[in-house]
Amino acid sequence: MNKRRPYVRSMDGWWKKNPFFVEYMIHEGTALFVAAYAGILLFGLLRLAQGEAAWNAWLSAMKNPWYIGFQVLALIALTYHTYTWFKIMPRTMPPVVVGGQRLSAWAITGSGLAVAAAACLGLLALVWGMAR
Amino acid sequence: MKPTLKRSNAPIFWALFGAGGMLSALLGPMLVFITGLAVPLGWLLPPDTMSYPRMLAFAQNFIGKGFIFAIIALFLWHAAHRIFHSLHDIGIHAGTAAKLLCYGSAMVGTLLAAYALLVIGF
Repeated sequence: MNKRRPYVRSMDGWWKKNPFFVEYMIHEGTALFVAAYAGILLFGLLRLAQGEAAWNAWLSAMKNPWYIGFQVLALIALTYHTYTWFKIMPRTMPPVVVGGQRLSAWAITGSGLAVAAAACLGLLALVWGMAR
Repeated sequence: MKPTLKRSNAPIFWALFGAGGMLSALLGPMLVFITGLAVPLGWLLPPDTMSYPRMLAFAQNFIGKGFIFAIIALFLWHAAHRIFHSLHDIGIHAGTAAKLLCYGSAMVGTLLAAYALLVIGF
C-alpha cells in the first residue's frame, strides 16, 4: 500500500456544477429510455412468437398504470432525444456547402426536425391506414 | 513498430449508434405514442390495431419483419453505445467488462429478436 495518501479531488457530481453538462447528462440519459423501450418491444415480440394467448397477455400488461407511466416518461425522453439529436447534428456531420456558403447550423437542425415531424406523422397515418 | 496497423472496430459500433440514433430520432416519439399510449388506452386508433392476427401478419411480412428487427436491434445498439461512453462520466471505469456487458446485451437482444422473427415464420 502507498503510505502517502495524496489528496485526490472528488469528481462526484461534477456535471451538476455547470448547466451545459447537466443538459449533456440528460440528453445522454435518454439512452436509458431507448434501451428500456426496445426491451419492452423485444419482450412483446417474443410473446408474439409464443402465440395468441401470450401476445394478448403482453397487450393487457401494457395497460398497467406503471407501464403507462413509463411510456409517458419515454415519450418525453425520446422527444427530447429527437430535439438534441438534430441540435447536435451541425457538429456531428461533415460541413455541407451549398452555393459556396456553408449551410448554417440552424438550417441543418431545422430541416432535421421538420423531417422527424413528417416521419412521425407519416408513421401515424400509415398505422391508421393499415388498421382501419 | 508494428508491421501492420491493427484496424479499429470503433467505426462499426459508431455506425450502429448513428443508425439507431437517427431511427429513434425520426420515429421514436411516435412509436412510443402508438404502442405505449394510443393502443393500450384506446385513443385515436381502432381497438384492434395491435390485435394478434394483425401483428402476426405484420411480423410475417418481409417489410414488417425488417422494420421490427431494425427498430429493436438498432435502438439497442444505439443505447448500448451511448450508455457505455457515459460510464466514465458517472465515475465507472469503462473497461473490457463494461464493454462486454453493454455491447453484449445489445447482441443478445439482437439475436433474440432474430430468433423470434424466425419462429414467427414467413
